[in-house]
Amino acid sequence: MNFSISLIVNGERRNVELDDPRVTLLDLLRERLHLTGTKKGCDRGQCGACTVLVNGRRINSCLALALSHDGAEILTIEGLAKGGELHPVQAAFIEHDGFQCGFCTPGQIMSAIGLIQEGQAGDDSERVREGMSGNLCRCSAYRGITEAVLDAQTRLAKAHRRDAA
Amino acid sequence: MTLEITPIHASPHIRHGSNAGQPLTRRDGILKVTGAARYAADNNPAGMLYAVLAVSSIARGRVTYLDLDAAKAHPGVVEVMTRANRPPLALDPDAKTTPFSFRFEALQNDLVRYANQPIAVVIGSTLEAATEGAALLAPRYEAEPARTGLDSTESFVPAAVRLISPPEERVGDVEKGLAAAITQVDATYETPAQYHNAMEPHAIVATWEGDALSIDMPTQGLALSQARIAEIFGLAIENVHIRSPFLGGGFGSKGVMSGPMVLGILAARLVGKPVKLVLRRDQMYGPVGHRPPTRQRLRLGMDGEGRLTALHHHAKTVTSTFDDFVEPAAEASHVLYASPAIATTHEASRIDIGTPLFMRAPGEASGSAALEGAIDEAAWACRMDPLEFRLRNYAEVEPISGKPFSSKALRECYAEGARHFGWSARPLEPRQMRDDAGFLVGWGVGTATFPALVFQAKARAVLKRDGTGLVETSAADMGQGAWTALAQLAADSLGLDIDEVEFRAGSSDLPDAGIAGGSAHTATAGTAIHAAGGDVISRLAELATRDERSPLFGAGNAGVLARGGRLFRRDDESRSESYADILARAGLADIEGRGEGARDPNAAEAYAMHSHGAVFAEVKVDPDLGQVRVTRLVGAFAAGRVINPRLVRSQYYGGMIWGVSFALHERAIVDHRSGRVLNADLAEYHIPVNADVPSVEALLIEEDDPYVNPLGIKGVGEIGITGTVGAVANAVWHATGVRVRSIPIRIEDLAMGAEFAG
Amino acid sequence: MKTFDYVRPATISEAIAAAAVPGSAYLAAGTNLLDLMKGGITRPDRLVDVTRLPGLDRIERLPDGGVRIGALVRNADLANDANFARSYPAVAEALLSGASAQLRNAATVGGNLLQRTRCGYFYDPASACNKRAPGSGCDARDGENRLHAVLGWSESCIATHPSDFCVPLVALDAVVEIEGRSGRREIALEDLHRLPGSTPELETRLAPGDLIAAVRLPAEAAFAGHARYLKLRERTSYAFAVVSAAAALDIEGGRIRQARMALGGVAPKPWRARAAEEVLADSAPDETAFRRAAEAALADARPSGDNAFKIELAKRIVARTLTLAAAGTPERLPALPASPFSSIPVTSIPGAHHDA
Repeated sequence: MNFSISLIVNGERRNVELDDPRVTLLDLLRERLHLTGTKKGCDRGQCGACTVLVNGRRINSCLALALSHDGAEILTIEGLAKGGELHPVQAAFIEHDGFQCGFCTPGQIMSAIGLIQEGQAGDDSERVREGMSGNLCRCSAYRGITEAVLDAQTRLAKAHRRDAA
Repeated sequence: MTLEITPIHASPHIRHGSNAGQPLTRRDGILKVTGAARYAADNNPAGMLYAVLAVSSIARGRVTYLDLDAAKAHPGVVEVMTRANRPPLALDPDAKTTPFSFRFEALQNDLVRYANQPIAVVIGSTLEAATEGAALLAPRYEAEPARTGLDSTESFVPAAVRLISPPEERVGDVEKGLAAAITQVDATYETPAQYHNAMEPHAIVATWEGDALSIDMPTQGLALSQARIAEIFGLAIENVHIRSPFLGGGFGSKGVMSGPMVLGILAARLVGKPVKLVLRRDQMYGPVGHRPPTRQRLRLGMDGEGRLTALHHHAKTVTSTFDDFVEPAAEASHVLYASPAIATTHEASRIDIGTPLFMRAPGEASGSAALEGAIDEAAWACRMDPLEFRLRNYAEVEPISGKPFSSKALRECYAEGARHFGWSARPLEPRQMRDDAGFLVGWGVGTATFPALVFQAKARAVLKRDGTGLVETSAADMGQGAWTALAQLAADSLGLDIDEVEFRAGSSDLPDAGIAGGSAHTATAGTAIHAAGGDVISRLAELATRDERSPLFGAGNAGVLARGGRLFRRDDESRSESYADILARAGLADIEGRGEGARDPNAAEAYAMHSHGAVFAEVKVDPDLGQVRVTRLVGAFAAGRVINPRLVRSQYYGGMIWGVSFALHERAIVDHRSGRVLNADLAEYHIPVNADVPSVEALLIEEDDPYVNPLGIKGVGEIGITGTVGAVANAVWHATGVRVRSIPIRIEDLAMGAEFAG
Repeated sequence: MKTFDYVRPATISEAIAAAAVPGSAYLAAGTNLLDLMKGGITRPDRLVDVTRLPGLDRIERLPDGGVRIGALVRNADLANDANFARSYPAVAEALLSGASAQLRNAATVGGNLLQRTRCGYFYDPASACNKRAPGSGCDARDGENRLHAVLGWSESCIATHPSDFCVPLVALDAVVEIEGRSGRREIALEDLHRLPGSTPELETRLAPGDLIAAVRLPAEAAFAGHARYLKLRERTSYAFAVVSAAAALDIEGGRIRQARMALGGVAPKPWRARAAEEVLADSAPDETAFRRAAEAALADARPSGDNAFKIELAKRIVARTLTLAAAGTPERLPALPASPFSSIPVTSIPGAHHDA
């Protein structure tokens, strides 16, 4: 049985023919669309490396059935830098050394963007740490991650105010 | 491979000066934050098939049946590789060619020797098909009872620990020292089995072209893996090409060729197409190593002033039934504390598990967890401040050997760390501090140590006519920052700015950088780079100083300095010439130099070489509920010359958080009937999350070491774990009065133990 | 993962018809189901994707002051609904203490109610498990059972129910609206989950095809000012409960008029502690009453293995949760929801002074 779904991935419409209903959103991105920035660390919703934004919300793409997300808008790490300019969260991760091996980093960054958009943490570092706790980092770059999120959030807020003015 | 730095403007690549010593941001940073860094499993060559392992659910016995028909009937399954059809190997997987060549399983027989051992490989056109094909094999077994835990089989004194070190070492007479002691401590600590659990599962994409093999695979040692694969498959070394530009963490588990990686190559051979094989998270609990459990008995004697009279550290551990890695846990007592009598002894037993392996600070982590706890107990037995006790027993020379240290700024680490932490306000007695919310607060200290090793490496450096440089070595970046720190050293070695030097690493067709392990990669590969660059510069200087048209003519005796792309006469810096001019005049397109890095055997014979540190921890414990949080961690480390303080701090943070994990979280739960790990995942095998680490700081203590290697670099990757486990556990004792000797400390140990707090 | 038919019904009745076929399973977010399928723990023949069913994703205020939560409302959306969190703070706190932000963004209310146990033997297809393979035995009983049930378990099964969300829900008399082949019916959440007895494979009172449409909470204005959820974990976040408790108190004039209490992580189902509620009713909100309530809540507890400590720990968490609830619902949910390390003024923890 073949299934045909349509997704908007990083702003681009992708019509996908699936010969198999079992394909997860993560495996669709990585193995079929070859968007390999999104990582598979556990494949069971336990590490956060596969975090992407679906319709603006961060989720674990390993526990999302691709078929069930027909029509969804997906943002992955590849879709962040615009016109050769890093997203402020990406830049902040570099400046604060919010990673070492880099494998969990795409998930951390997508999660951070989701966290900032959710607007629940504010500038409370404890809330940021809690809000980022769904992303394991075995290198344990947590300090830099937290600093990067706070810093990027401040910069985004400033940019937002600037835009609004 | 070359790191392709994407030209993104407003690049956040921050510079504060030039090259070594500067806190540059990671040169692979942009690749990593944009998802462009390509890890092994990110490769999808045309025509590639997916291979999935079927693994054993028993820990000992034989595979008697695999439902090949069911697997092959599943749509999309292309082939099932079993013992019957697996292509031949040139080497018996059970042969031992060197102490470091581990035995592995590549379907050589029907035997099962641990749970999660690979027993077949299913190859499919999609990952989904191969995965289900593996499940459909539904193996049957002839099972024998699993032997698990520290006590299920008879123990023995191993021939060697850490593969090559003596299992017993002694200085002085421990029994006499204990008999003469005024105060004694006799404490037994236990540590659990732990799994490396790098975020990146082991993965391989293998492509055969005739007898040439092209591989994407994370490896901590490109040349070692290359040679091992050549040996296993009977190939010429140059016919094996491995790319490993990025490792998604290694921690020791990607240092040796494991069975699953060999099976990936075999699968590609069998089907004649590129094959990708990636371990599932649960499959990482078996064939790719782990840190074995230990039971360690520490016997300490102290005189009336709190000086050690004897220290006996005995470590029991386990290894597999078929190989010989024995965790050198007791060796931690060789280095840290002065005592007229020291004995370190090991025993092991063989059980039905995959062979244990080097795991971040092998030996030192488990060993210092026990030693630092026992030292804390000894301090309390003497009613001394635990930091003062450590200073009282400060080792001026390496205790086990009597050798002087090549450098040792541990005193400064203690002092700076204590000052920064505010240690002097610590009450001696436990259970004295509360925070505003009523939580018990405790402070603990631990001493950190790790050997400063140098392995062997080679590098090639080239100076080009346009004045830019190229430096090559097959270094592996598993997060420690080789792409950056080694590039800094490369630039310095050529007297160029880092942006003028192309640095190539991460590929087996480059000069052998040795292994990224033992916290020695920067020192080892860095020394080779330093030598290669130096070779280029000396050739260049030769050209200039012998050429009467050069302003440097005749400076051979005075010597020249290489800086900023120019050579300067050492005794008169107004006389200089650019590299490009020298090369142009000589009519050369480039100059090539070669360098090697290795330990100076004379220095190693004369000096003990170690990094040191002091870790201070604050914990809060819920007095009724027993939950613990490490609210503050301060580590002060002296590890020779620091090439990039930003990256070094990150290494220390990571190590220290591994220490928190060791003390409070990590533990493989083994079913003692089946031998299976019940929490073979990342949900129940707990490692710290962001919220577990509200505050971690690392202080870099100056240390100049003229002996350890020409660059004065010691290692920083592993030392952070050591000391931290003890600091956290000792802080828990200080908070609660409960001494938990079974690591990790659990909620019930504190909630229930609090009833009996002393 | 076994291959399956995928159907995406447009209406509830189509969904029910599709899911009533043996071997079918409803798919909502899939955060639990896909995990179980990947582990080979469940192998459905057909997935009935209910995510597009209309009308199930709303949070509605009811005329009587209660709330009706559609089964497809995402955990995060419910917890972050300001009105809801103000009315049912313990429920919001429980939601935010569960899993991770990513999982809460996906996981649905209905799915949360039906999540399966995290027992390591249930999750290991090679182990004997009466819940997964009826009649095969229970390897947990003599195995690694430190975190298993101390209430409501049987010789057939000692697994715990892992939900945080369900704990305050069951305390607050939540009602589950079910659409089935014979129409709509309601059942108290307390009755939705069964105890294992000799049939641990039967986990709920749902019949084939039954679809949870909504969860309803009665008006609980009297409790909103004194409601908490507290959860002990082996790390600060992103871990299942060792033990947890929800408490809601209706306090007037210095006395508890009525109390609601439930425990998590201790039993095969979210465990309503009615005996504790009876102790608390009409007593002063003080340490003595809380300790008596804790004893009452765990009166029937017995270890199922190496887990006697959980009984004592559960008593303590009952007492602490009551203490926190009595001190008043915080203005804003704590930074670390349900964690003992959420900063609590010392004055609100009488128990913490006993040896200071």
